[in-house]
Amino acid sequence: MSLEEYKGVYVFAQQVDNEISSIAFELLGKAKDLAKDLDTDVTAVLLGSEVKDLADKLAEYGADKVIVVDDPELKVYRTEPYAHALASVINEYKPEIVLVGATAIGRDLGPRVSARVATGLTADCTVLEIGDFPLQAIPGQEQKHNQLLMTRPAFGGNTIATIACPDNRPQMATVRAGVMQKIEPIKGAKAVVEEFNPGFTPDHKYVEILDVVKAVTDTVDIMDAKILVSGGRGVGSPENFKILEDLAEVLGGTVSCSRAVVDSGWKPKDLQVGQTGKTVRPNVYFAIGISGAIQHVAGMEESDIIVAINKDADAPIFDVADYGIVGDLNKIVPKLTESLKAEIAAK
Amino acid sequence: MKIVVCIKQVPDTKGGVKFNPDGTLDRGAMLAIMNPDDKAGLEAALRLKDECGAEVTVVTMGLPKAEEVLREAMAMGADKGILVTDRVLGGADTWATSTTVAGAIRNLEYDLIITGRQAIDGDTAQVGPQISEHLDIPVISYAQNIKVEGDSVIVERQYEDRYHVVKAKMPCLITALSELNEPRYMTPGGIFDAYQKEITVWGRADLKDVDDSNIGLKGSPTKIAKASDKVRKGAGEKVTLDPDESVSYIVDKLKEKHVI
Repeated sequence: MSLEEYKGVYVFAQQVDNEISSIAFELLGKAKDLAKDLDTDVTAVLLGSEVKDLADKLAEYGADKVIVVDDPELKVYRTEPYAHALASVINEYKPEIVLVGATAIGRDLGPRVSARVATGLTADCTVLEIGDFPLQAIPGQEQKHNQLLMTRPAFGGNTIATIACPDNRPQMATVRAGVMQKIEPIKGAKAVVEEFNPGFTPDHKYVEILDVVKAVTDTVDIMDAKILVSGGRGVGSPENFKILEDLAEVLGGTVSCSRAVVDSGWKPKDLQVGQTGKTVRPNVYFAIGISGAIQHVAGMEESDIIVAINKDADAPIFDVADYGIVGDLNKIVPKLTESLKAEIAAK
Repeated sequence: MKIVVCIKQVPDTKGGVKFNPDGTLDRGAMLAIMNPDDKAGLEAALRLKDECGAEVTVVTMGLPKAEEVLREAMAMGADKGILVTDRVLGGADTWATSTTVAGAIRNLEYDLIITGRQAIDGDTAQVGPQISEHLDIPVISYAQNIKVEGDSVIVERQYEDRYHVVKAKMPCLITALSELNEPRYMTPGGIFDAYQKEITVWGRADLKDVDDSNIGLKGSPTKIAKASDKVRKGAGEKVTLDPDESVSYIVDKLKEKHVI
């Protein structure tokens, strides 16, 4: 089968507890752009148990077609049945492009599926576009058009590479959450829904889930926050995060943190910004007592406005901050909170 | 029990990243270390060895210099070290790397394979799950706790907002998070022993059931179109003021930008 016979842009529509994850909508937004350039359509692949009702929601966010694999084996995410389902969809429908979220599920499912269907997979992409490979024509080498060019950071965000998968199909990428833009949902949009079941025969690769333990958290997802007040080890103690929480409250923001804070056990992992945490792009990011290791910066440098407070004038966070204040956070932050409270009350 | 741990030698980014005058990464000026997630995987294997007895074999693929991380692993307590190195294996993407490592592991007996979740240079987290696929065994990624019970492993598998307690029959592959544990230090006796032990070196010919079309740069489905150092947006203003002035400064800037 020739590469040209692979058609369409496919998105793995991740759901957890029968609720579609935000990343699925982000991928559909990007898939729509890519499909337009390729003059093809967008298909969402929805895997789960009793998930068919979710198809309309995917249509509202840009899916032209939804392939549903509905089976009790897919109720809770496990690598093998999910990999079997997605690989079977790929083998049956032969998509040109498959996008998967770079989530804790997608970063497990993606590599397993790509190995099964014997194609390349580019991890944690932040830019996807259609173009030529090689980028410039090289004499004696065929230049292929309409290739998926996948750009990703490497080395803790210090280098970026653009990668193509010219000789294998599908072209697969995992895409970092919080980077691609969702479309405004089109109310009442309908997609063509097709059910497909490859059959599931549990074997040695089917693991058993003994328990599901959910983290108890009453905070909003830091990836959705417009204002983040982020603390690092410089905050000094878990108790001292109170001054950050007060600042966040005045501004209607949310507290997040650096990896050092999570490693010290001061804050839960889901508040961690950075390479091994979450990528955020709020309107305002306060980096308080954060030195700014490259792994941290990789997760927050796209913020619109970065305000850094650190007593070390040489801290690398000042290299990315729009407004850097060299000083004692314990003296500045409480006063800042009071001052902002007064400003807002006066309005 | 036999445990295989896959490790990678990576440039250290912790002490800061060094650049050449032309702005490219100066890998030579940076220390080469054992990848942190891999070290946690090794520590997990050594703890299983302490608890229930196990033979721990470390495998690395890389340049001849990567022998250093095998020595380190053996000084920490690993029993055997295998270096997979060959010019034809160079330039491999995650697919070609995983077919190569799987080809090496096919020569070994194992109940458990442990890899790090991801390496700090590539950050892909792909090679572990891909090895498991080539070997047709279950994978449990993102392990934050590992226990052995009879012929099975029970693992806490981390997700963004929860963890699953997962039971898998061995043989299986686990990818370890660096949060999993605090790796032990090498001991002087261990270092001495490590240099007495032989390291096995394998090349292309030693890989089992691996096709030439699946190794090295040529066997890599993904190709680099362009690589560059990231252009950062650059520093803005930096001020050193007393606390009251600092507060006025921030408030003024937030007003200017219509945040408040």
